[in-house]
Amino acid sequence: MNLIDEILKDAPKIPIQKYTAKDFQSDQDVRWCPGCGDYSILAQVQRVLPELNIPKHNIVFVSGIGCSSRFPYYMDTYGFHGIHGRAAAIASGLKVARPELSVWVATGDGDGLSIGGNHFIHICRRNIDVKIILFNNQIYGLTKGQYSPTSEFGKITKSSPFGAPDHPFNPLLVALGAEASFVARGLDRDPKLLQNIIRRAAEHKGTAFMEMYQNCNVFNDGAFFQFTEKETKDDNIVVLENGKPMIFGKEKDKGLKLEGFTPVVVSLKDSKYSINDLIIHNEKDTMLSFILARMSNLPGLPRPVGVVYAVERQTYEGEVMKQIDASINKQGVGDLEKLLTHGETWVIK
Amino acid sequence: MAKDLKKLDEVTIRFAGDSGDGMQLTGSQFTTTTALLGNDLSTLPDYPAEIRAPAGTLFGVSGFQIHFGSKEISTPGDACDVLVAMNPAALKVNLRSLRDGGIIIANRDGFNDKNLKLAGYEINPLDDGSLDKFQLHSVDITKLTTIAIQDLNLTTKIVERSKNFFSLGMMYWMYSRPIESSVKWIQEKFKKNPEIVEANIRVLKAGYNYGETTEIFHARYEVRAADLYPGRYRSITGNEATAWGLLAASAKSGLDLFLGSYPITPASEILHELSHHKNFRVKTFQAEDEIAGITSAIGASYGGAIGVTTTSGPGLALKTEAMGLAVMLELPLVIVNVQRGGPSTGLPTKTEQADLLQAVHGRNSEAPIPVLAACTPAGCFDAAYDAVRIALKYMTPVILLSDGYLANGAEPWLIPDVKSLQDIDVKFRTDPKNFFPYSRDEKTLARPWAIPGTPGLEHRIGGLEKEHITGNVSYDADNHEFMVNLRQQKVDGIANDLPLAKTEGDDKGDLLVVGWGGTYGAIKTAVEKKRKEGKSVSHLHLKYINPFQKNIGDILKNFKYILVPELNLGQLSQLLQAKYLIPVRKLNKVQGLPFKANEIEAKIDEILK
Ligand SMILES: Cc1ncc(C[n+]2csc(CCOP(=O)(O)OP(=O)(O)O)c2C)c(N)n1
Ligand code: SF4
Ligand SMILES: [Mg+2]
Repeated sequence: MNLIDEILKDAPKIPIQKYTAKDFQSDQDVRWCPGCGDYSILAQVQRVLPELNIPKHNIVFVSGIGCSSRFPYYMDTYGFHGIHGRAAAIASGLKVARPELSVWVATGDGDGLSIGGNHFIHICRRNIDVKIILFNNQIYGLTKGQYSPTSEFGKITKSSPFGAPDHPFNPLLVALGAEASFVARGLDRDPKLLQNIIRRAAEHKGTAFMEMYQNCNVFNDGAFFQFTEKETKDDNIVVLENGKPMIFGKEKDKGLKLEGFTPVVVSLKDSKYSINDLIIHNEKDTMLSFILARMSNLPGLPRPVGVVYAVERQTYEGEVMKQIDASINKQGVGDLEKLLTHGETWVIK
Repeated sequence: MAKDLKKLDEVTIRFAGDSGDGMQLTGSQFTTTTALLGNDLSTLPDYPAEIRAPAGTLFGVSGFQIHFGSKEISTPGDACDVLVAMNPAALKVNLRSLRDGGIIIANRDGFNDKNLKLAGYEINPLDDGSLDKFQLHSVDITKLTTIAIQDLNLTTKIVERSKNFFSLGMMYWMYSRPIESSVKWIQEKFKKNPEIVEANIRVLKAGYNYGETTEIFHARYEVRAADLYPGRYRSITGNEATAWGLLAASAKSGLDLFLGSYPITPASEILHELSHHKNFRVKTFQAEDEIAGITSAIGASYGGAIGVTTTSGPGLALKTEAMGLAVMLELPLVIVNVQRGGPSTGLPTKTEQADLLQAVHGRNSEAPIPVLAACTPAGCFDAAYDAVRIALKYMTPVILLSDGYLANGAEPWLIPDVKSLQDIDVKFRTDPKNFFPYSRDEKTLARPWAIPGTPGLEHRIGGLEKEHITGNVSYDADNHEFMVNLRQQKVDGIANDLPLAKTEGDDKGDLLVVGWGGTYGAIKTAVEKKRKEGKSVSHLHLKYINPFQKNIGDILKNFKYILVPELNLGQLSQLLQAKYLIPVRKLNKVQGLPFKANEIEAKIDEILK
């Protein structure tokens, strides 16, 4: 038994009493701008955590730098506000060292995809069991409004007065390209959807990537309104449900159909197409996940939200523990004296 | 055939050939056998940055030098007594390290027209008399190897690969060493391939018998066992010793070791070595880059492991920002920097000591980090152990400096008694009553280590300035200044925990030679020699650079002159002058090579003339 096992042997493994959302609120004043989309995401996380039946002391939120990365200060769990871009790497080390902890990352589009892009793709491919919430406001909030790697082409900001010449990242595609095993997209103004995604991510074993569209009402107000506001929302998003046909529209009168590999919108109003023609969502279908993620780059298509992809595969830390157990089984627990004296030695009298 | 048997106190041999000729292997086999005989020894591998540089080229030459003797040996030797040259390039590159009258054993078959041209020889140096001041033996090593294993019908490539064992066999014969240990090694190493076992052993024996039966060599030498301190020994390189020191600290403290590292020469062997010892619960995380190496280690430390990251200069530069984070978080962390020639990619496979100021000062703002320096290959064990101990006791990142010379060099190591290792006492905070993440231990100024998983201690830490005691984010001007001073005080206070420095020689006199890190052996050899000549010179070697031990200033005052030899342009000199306001004479070398003792001797003579 190592020292940690020893001191924590009496720590409860399940919560002693049932938590409420309030139990996850820290004593710190929340300092985001009034109206910022971050509030809603925080509230939904605090609402879902009590359902997970994990003791607070086993939960850690790790972040980088950015408005969104203030997240851990507001959670009454363990929290680690790191340096810009490195949350995924810090969380990787923590999770590998302590696989029994529930480790979460809060990151921004700049933090996670620009300066931290490298760590992001590598945590995905390793499938370390860390839940990543990426607050995508398509802008650098904390540094007061420069364009980010997810800002749209041509965007005019403080640092791009003539329009951003950069082509943006599509976060879902980056995650899928890095073979993340769980990929979802949520909207700050849709609490039910958020809760559902957070719950699913928590249950997932492996890296769970959640892109959250988040309104920065100070530097990029309304970036996602077409997907979040009452008047436009229904016609511009399609909510994915596993095993269900892809129907959307205010009147539930539109559907998505595949022509070859290209999704097209069809009307269910006239009798030309029926539900049977539509794509049935399958979270385990790798090819479909790419098609769905690609839809953001194609004009005229609704934006898919919800769980895009979820498959099980081995986790990095699980493999590490397997190797350790196998090695201990084979050689016994490491013995320092044996190590120092193994192999060729000689005695001087 | 009876031949003269001459007794020698010490010998230096250099094996040199193409990087594909197996010279490192030949050298390390000779080293193991020599160590088993009880000689004291020191080795210096010297290999090119290219893995398989084009055959026959000057830049593709790989060398391995071993200095062994019946007396105490502290350096790989200034000049060689024997040079084994497998081709003309190897001869050309290494001839300047052979002493006048030294022995050359040349593989005549390697001196063909193509290789001569590649090495820039117009005429074959084996024939033109240019090597007359040496004892030249040209041996048809390739041919003799081929003959020895002709009947095995092996490919030319395999035959070519075996020829280094012929040289090894000849050297074993010449210096009266048994071949058994290498035979055993060959059997083990190639056990999946019995033909290769047979071939290599035959060639090894052929080389040995060649010395015994031919007329070429007139003399044979004997180097008796050294008078080493009694006990059990093994041969160890600096990188192995570093890895084991870290493992030992893990075993002693009861904490798991987590290594986050990105491969880089000459530090990678620490990662390799630790990745073997899974049954010690070591977790090695081959990160995507150096930043992930250190930040994953910080994450692991936050979780209660001993977080370690290993690297070399360019990697240390990448870790800079995260080191500052570790200073702010006050978490234990060990950063091992195995220095190499720089700047930038520099001389990846060569040694240098030029990262000292980077280690001491190279971070934004006031970010004090203790800096330790290993002095000998085997000494890396204690240094790594000590680095962990200090990191845990003071809740601080610690930088351990090693270098390419220490990392790859090997020497006999008196295996320590595990029980005699200093205790490492770790306390995790568990009591939620009056818990404040930035409260402090009165004596060490360390903050409590409260790891996730502990009920009731949920708290937040981060890189923003912390309010004293509560650890809340604070932008208060006075608090910031207070915390900057506090972090400095904590690191300065480590001096109280360090053993007082001791000079080798006298504690007063004309000249004190002050070194740090891998120059220990060369300085020691030089100072001892000059003391024997009656000079008033002593040696002080620093293992702790930040903070300095408490009595350094007093020691320096007791000498008329201070000489600081360094493999950089004078970085320790700067630190000593700044702190102790004393004039310092410098001896600097930046060739990617360690000091020779005689270079330091000459400087001592110059100062004390
Ligand atoms: C090494 C480093 N470079 C730059 C910065 C400045 N910086 C802080 S946050 C940030 C961008 C944040 O954008 P994002 O991750 O999208 O977070 P948001 O504020 O939008 O939530 C930058 C450039 C920094 N803190 N550290
Ligand atoms: S700047 Fe934008 S992202 Fe940052 S807190 Fe304000 S509204 Fe939110
Ligand atoms: Mg942003």
